[in-house]
Order: sequence, then structure tokens, then C-alpha cells
Amino acid sequence: MTLRLNLAGAVSGLAVLCTGVAAQAEVLFWSTQARPVEEAQAMRENVLAGFADGVDYQPNEEGPWLTRLQAEIQAGSGSIGVLGALEGNFAAIDPETLVDLDELGVKSTSDTYNSLAMLGTDSMQFLPWMQASYIMAANKEALQYLPEGADIDALTYDQLIEWAANVHEGVGQPKFGFPAGPKGLKHRFFQGYLYPSFTNGVVRTFASPEAVTAWQKFLELWEHTNPASTNFSFMQEQLLSGDAWIVFDHTSRLAQAFNDRPDDFVAFPAPAGPTGRGFMPVLAGIAIPSTAPDMDAAKELVKYLMQPETQIATLRATNFFPVVEAELPDDMPPSVKAAGAAVAKMSASPDANPGMLPSGLGEKSGDFSRIYVDTFERIVLAGQPIEQVLEDQKKQLMAIMEETGAPCWAPDAPSDGACPVE
Amino acid sequence: MTATDTLPEAAAAPRKAGQYVYAASVALLCAWVIVPLYLLLINTLSSPETVNSFPKSFIPEFDLGSLQFFAGFEGMLVALKNSVVVAAMTMVLSITIGAPAGYALSRFDFRGKELFRLLILLTRAFPLPLLALPLAVLFIRTGLDDTAFGLALVHTTLAIPFAVLITFSLFSGIPVELEEAAWTLGCTRYTAFTKVVLPLILPGITASAIFAFVISWNEVFAAAVLTIENRTLTAFLLQTLGEAPLHLKFAGGFILVVPALIFIFAVRKYLFAMWGIANR
Amino acid sequence: MSPRILPYLLILPVTLFLCLFFLYPFALVAQQAFSNGAGFTLDNFRDVVTYWKFPISLQNTLLLAAAVVPVQLALALLMATMVSRMERGRDLVLYVWTIPLGISDLAAGIIWLAIFEQSGFLNSMMTGLGLVDQPVNLLSYQNPGMVFLAIALAEIWRATAIMLVIIVAGIGLIPKEYYEAAEVFGASPWKRFLRITLPLLRPSLQTALILRVVLAFEVFAVVAALGGTLFPVLMGEIYAYQFDLQNGRAAAALALIVLAISIAFTLVILRVLRVPKGATI
Repeated sequence: MTLRLNLAGAVSGLAVLCTGVAAQAEVLFWSTQARPVEEAQAMRENVLAGFADGVDYQPNEEGPWLTRLQAEIQAGSGSIGVLGALEGNFAAIDPETLVDLDELGVKSTSDTYNSLAMLGTDSMQFLPWMQASYIMAANKEALQYLPEGADIDALTYDQLIEWAANVHEGVGQPKFGFPAGPKGLKHRFFQGYLYPSFTNGVVRTFASPEAVTAWQKFLELWEHTNPASTNFSFMQEQLLSGDAWIVFDHTSRLAQAFNDRPDDFVAFPAPAGPTGRGFMPVLAGIAIPSTAPDMDAAKELVKYLMQPETQIATLRATNFFPVVEAELPDDMPPSVKAAGAAVAKMSASPDANPGMLPSGLGEKSGDFSRIYVDTFERIVLAGQPIEQVLEDQKKQLMAIMEETGAPCWAPDAPSDGACPVE
Repeated sequence: MTATDTLPEAAAAPRKAGQYVYAASVALLCAWVIVPLYLLLINTLSSPETVNSFPKSFIPEFDLGSLQFFAGFEGMLVALKNSVVVAAMTMVLSITIGAPAGYALSRFDFRGKELFRLLILLTRAFPLPLLALPLAVLFIRTGLDDTAFGLALVHTTLAIPFAVLITFSLFSGIPVELEEAAWTLGCTRYTAFTKVVLPLILPGITASAIFAFVISWNEVFAAAVLTIENRTLTAFLLQTLGEAPLHLKFAGGFILVVPALIFIFAVRKYLFAMWGIANR
Repeated sequence: MSPRILPYLLILPVTLFLCLFFLYPFALVAQQAFSNGAGFTLDNFRDVVTYWKFPISLQNTLLLAAAVVPVQLALALLMATMVSRMERGRDLVLYVWTIPLGISDLAAGIIWLAIFEQSGFLNSMMTGLGLVDQPVNLLSYQNPGMVFLAIALAEIWRATAIMLVIIVAGIGLIPKEYYEAAEVFGASPWKRFLRITLPLLRPSLQTALILRVVLAFEVFAVVAALGGTLFPVLMGEIYAYQFDLQNGRAAAALALIVLAISIAFTLVILRVLRVPKGATI
């Protein structure tokens, strides 16, 4: 019995020791972005080191990120000073629990971003922080297989399929790579690229005859896609290993390939379909939870992050582009140059059909994306008939739209009230 | 061992063949465990280009770049210390709390015994990430949040089923007659336990302590949610291992594996000292 | 101390501890599964069960457990008996065999992916030996059998040590005299194993099996690393509900279903390998 008492004493003694160590001066920056260790390290050393009060930058996966945040909000006190996450993460949070940021007087240069950041209220709940997009990239070895007459900066889906088929035939292996892995961002391809390019819509046209064509085209492309794609989440890995030669992914998930071997790869715009060249931005934001321990320091940090110099440093660290006016210096890393040029070409193309991020879905944004992922898995992986799957998924999509009452966003035609699925 | 001496000569040849098969299968099973780890080592010691190349070499090239990257991390040592502290507390807590219950389960029939066993198992059969939210709220309200002790409490919850069930099976393996004999020889229940039973199962206790240590060491989710300043090594830099570039993924995995291996190596003596006892 | 109170006194610390750190949060979460925000409902269970992936992930989880656990049991028993007749190097061999204990499922997933991926070690070896001309894609949706095999191998590699240690500890407690007596009567090694080791090992076998089966229903990280989206399992679906869809109610409902399955299997094992009080020797 004495032994046990001693141990218990020792344990509680240790606990006291350990609580004593903590220092509370720094602002805790709780983020779902810049997670890969190298990016996190660059955030700490090159971006946040310049902030006077000191920042404790802690990137986390979305699970722990959200759990901790919810716990602090429920408990009514906490240690998180500033939140960094994708627009979709904030959309799922009750705006009441975020501090209004209007008084800071900083905004992004894009009105669309600023209004997204209000989360349906009439003041800024988060500030647009940085942006990116999805582009295509290819190994230069694949260029010799480009179809006759195709311009890599103005490809169509048909040309892309032909190109992938040529490579397949030429090297005997399917070399198109698609991020369909568990952490891959495949849903954004369907929502922002495939659907807008073929149907000029996302929600309204979900089960339209054009959508059937879109999925048929995707199936054609899939025949020349590396079947291991269901394990790919960061296409830079497969570009570098040579498992894939032509890929689609998020700019920051391609960056490492360009930075490691800048001469071996090219970046180019996404392809165009019958209704234009669909593409979509990625928006990350920063916010302050109502439980922030040191509100003033948190606001200072938010302002600091929005300064043009900080935004450029952030671009170097994370490959996410500034959302404020910032003059980019010439010595940017190869990944930034390549991605920047591709995005510029994509938005400047005559057939550009830019889409918006889904908005107004609140906590249903996850369910919304799941509709598209499920559709993909059923049609492409399970080989179920397209029309039937679309009819089936359509009901769930309608239920989500009706429940949230979210109005249509571009490229869907505007709606009164909830966006209808036609 | 003694049997081989008394065997007739004629049986020696097949015996010998059997020995070879035996040695070969031991070697094979060892290789089965070690080869994947060796491959991890190769990748850890490879430059980023080599990690992405094909075909892979089966000989490491001793490029320390990936490991150096982690060495450059500030706060690694503090995080390492936190990990050890939390794991040690988990070990002590789970054994002191769990072993008495294991003894009770093996020696007594009492009402509610089955219910109790199910309660123990429930803890392993329900995913921790779902429990983390109410736990974190509880911890923030009580001030246990962000302490090594608080995290150790959660890890103990995970380790307790192992502690209880392993000690239960160990106690069950010791004849109750042994204890009864000790009572007739003048021991009380308590002294019979400490003098007779405890020495016998001490090695087994070490086994469940190792489980507790390793469980705590490798646990990521609760550590990420419940520690901020006092974060553990796993929470500090390895929780996002899945998203790092390949070469860092391997180096990170390696860093995660090595301390656990050293720990198991250090305590292996106690873990397997039971052979001496059993041979007595 | 009265023998009637003593057992309760001994289990009191664990009970109190688990009530505070497990039952309390568990009750809060479990309650969610039956609520729709306003009142009692079974809708969450219905939603979860009628989702098209549910039968697939249930089947995958059960299949994987059914394939992996018996192999692990056999392997652990084999290793443990091999070790018990070893004279030299026993410590070292046992140490090597218990190494996977210290390896998290996260790290195990990374290790095995490096082996099975297209530009991985297995393909390097096969091309090196001239078995194939160019790397084969082992983990693709056209090869579900291969994906399953890879996951099963990784799980067997990672989690056999848990059973091994428990069984080794159990064998260590079997008095040597039994074996010596059996040898005197000319019992073959196989017979000794069947008649002495297995019956006397029952408590350890029971523990090892229960823990392993319960943990087998919780597989996730290794499966996600190797199977990607091809091999959905229940635990992955729970995480998807909780974090991707932020639907805590559905996640709780699914977790309760997994819990019920675990309990059912536990009860079966408890029944089949019943351990008499104080054990028999």
C-alpha cells in the first residue's frame, strides 16, 4: 500500500512540475494550412518570426483542429489566439463564436472573397488570407506525345484524353495521375472543373444530359489514368517518382516537384470543355475565436499577416498567393513562377469559366462534397451506370440544398432561394 | 533438452534435419520482422532524389539530410522529454490502477464481474477521437488541459484494458493453491501476495507496462488536442506525417520508431526474465 | 478484510477512473447518437446503415479481422513455442519478434506503402530479379485481392507481437514438470502442445484473442495508407462522419454499432474459452 501511495505522490509531483513550465506570452496560431513539416517550419522561421510578440504556430489535421476549437468554445475559455483554415472549415463554424473583424480595416482586394468571409452575416467573420487554385502539370517527357496541333496552354478535354492515350500507348503504362486518394482533393475537380466545363453549372446541372457526357469523358480519361490514383493525394510525389506524367492538383501540392527539379516539369491551365474552361480558386482565411486569451495580440497578428510583405513571405513558404495588392519580387521559387503563370493563363484565356467556391452550405459543406466523391466512386470505381447514379445522388443533393437554402453560385445561374437541382 | 540425450542413435538424423528446419524458420521469422524496418532505414538515409527514384537500391547511401532537417527543429528535446514523461506516468498509473483489478478478476467470483469486464473492454472498442471533445472540455474547465498529467490520464484510459487483462491472465496462471499454501504457513492474504505471487508475475507486469508505454508514445489524436505548450513528440511534429514529402515522411517515421525500440530493448530483460523463474 | 468486500475494493480504482475518463464522455457522445437536436430518434442509425458504403465497409472490416486474427494467433503460438525450446539467443530473438509492438500504425502504414507502391521496394526487387519487365501496379482498384493481401500482411506484421507477448508470458507460467512428465511417457511434441500448452494457456489465449479482435475492428491508419479509398472500413467511415462531414451524431451512431459488434465477439470468445476461477493446474 505504501508503495502505491509513494507512486501516486510522485506522479502528482511530476504533474505540478510540468504545469509550471508553460509560458503564456506567445499567440497560438492554430492552423489547418501549411501542415507539411517543411511548410510549417518555413511559416515559423520566415513568416512569423517577424511578429514582435512571438507566435506559436501549430498546424494540425482538421480532426484535432476542430475538436480543440469546439472544446475551447464549449468550455468558454481557451488558448487559441488566431485560427487559420480553408474557407470551408470556417463555413462550418457558428459565426457567433468568431470575433467580428471589420474594425481592423483590412480586407482582400476581391469583393467576392470578402463577402464569402461574412459567412452570411453582415460583418467579416474571417479575413481572406491567401489563395491558390488547381492546375495541370506534366513531365517534359510527356510533351512529345502531345496530339498534333494541340496547344498545351489551351487544351480541350478531348485533347487531354488523346494525349493521355498517346502516352499510354507510347510507354505501355497509363501515366495520367489524379488525386483520388483519401486526402486527395478530387471533389474540387468535379465541382470546379469538370462540371463547369461541360454543363456550365454545378448544382442545377448535376444530373443533366451534359453531366452524363462529362462523366463519359471522365471515364475515357480514366482508362489512361494510373489505377493507383486511388492512393494518390499529393501529385508532386507521383510526378517526382515518375508514376504519373500528366497530373491535376492543387498548386501547393505540386510545388515540391517544381522546386526539386524545375527543368523537368511544366505547369499549364486546366482543359476546356463545351462550356468553357472551368476553374476554381482555393481560399484560406484567418479568424479569431471569441475565446482568444489575448484579443489585442491576436488582432495584431491578423493585421501582420495581411501586410503585403508578410503575404509575399507566406507565398514563399506555402505556395499560396497573396489576397492583397503585393508586388511580387523576381526571385520567387520555381514553383511559384510556374504555378503563377499557369493560373494567369487560365484566367486570361478567352474561354475562361471561373467558378466560385460553394457557399451558404454551412455545416453541410462536407456532405455536399461527399455527393461528388460518391458519384465518382460509384461511376468510375464501382462501374455503376451513369444515369442511375446521377438520379440517385441527385435526391441527396436536393435534400442538402433545400435544408441549407443555399442560393446558386457561379457558374450556375442565380436563383431565388435554394439552388434547385434540375 | 534432457530428452535428446536419452534418444536412441537412429533418431538422430531426422532430429538433425528438424533442427535445421527449426533454425531456418526462426531466421525467416526474424527477417520477416526486420526487413521492413531495414527498408525504412534505407529510405531514411536516402537523399530526396533517391527516395523518389526507381528501382530502389537495397543498400543505404547514408545521406543524413532528412534527419538533419528534424534535428534543426526547435523544441524537439522538450517534446521528447514530454513524451517520455507522459509515457512514464501512463505506465505507472495503468499498472497501479489496473493490476489490483486483474487480481480481483482472476481470484474472486463477485456479482457484476461480467459487467466489469465489459466496461474494461468498452474503452478499447470505442474510438478515442469521438471522446476527445467532451474530455477536452472537461480538462479545460478543471485546469488539466495542456498538462502532461492530464494527457497521461487519457492515455491511461487507453492502456488500462491491457493492464487489467494481462495481469488477469497472469494471475490466473498462478495456482490458487500456491497462495492457499502460503496462508497455511502463516502468511496473511497480503503477505502471501507480496511474497509469493508478486515475484512470479513481476515480469508479466513489465509486459503490460511496456504496452502502456508504447500506447502512450504512439498516441497522436488526444496529444494533439490536449497539449499546446507541453506537446509530445508525436503531436509536435509527427502527427502530420501523412502529408510530408516522402523523404521526410520516412525520416519522421524512423524518429518515431527508434525511441520505442530502445525502450523495449532496455526493458527486455525484465519482460523475459520469467523464463528463469519458470525453469526453477 | 472480508473476502466479500475485497474484490470490490480492488476494482474500485479502475471503476472510478473509467467512470470519470471514459464513461462520462462516452455517455455524452452516445446520447448524441439517439438525438436529432430536439428529441429521441433512431434516424442517425438509419442514415448510417442505409449509406451505400456501409455494407462494403462492414464486410471489409469483418473479412480483414477474419483473415488476420487466426493467422496472427497461429503465428504467435508458433513463435512462442519456438522460443520456449530455444537455448541460445532467446532474449535476442524474442526482442526482435516484439519490435513491431513499438511501431505505431501510422509508421507501419508508411513502411508498407514504401514496399508495395508502384516504385516501391517489392517492384524494385521483382524487376531486379527479372520477374517482371516493368513495375507492376500492385495497389490498384483492378487488383482488389492484392490490396487486401497487402493490408492483411501489414496488419499481421504490425500486430502479431501483441499476442506473442501475452502468450509468451502465459507459457512462462506453465510448470516445466508437466512437459517433463509428458516426455517420460513418450508424448510427441505435437501432443504435448495440444494436451498441455493449449489447455493451460487458456487464460492468456482468451486475453490475447479478445484484445486482438477488438483492435481489429478499429483498424484504420494502415488500411488508409495501403488501400486508399479502395478499401473502406468502419473506423474510416466514423472519422469521415465526425471530421469531414462534421456530423457527430452519425459518427456516434456508427461507433455504437462497431461497439456492439465488438461486444458480441467478445462474449463469444469469453464463452468459448471460459476460464474457471483460480484456473486449474
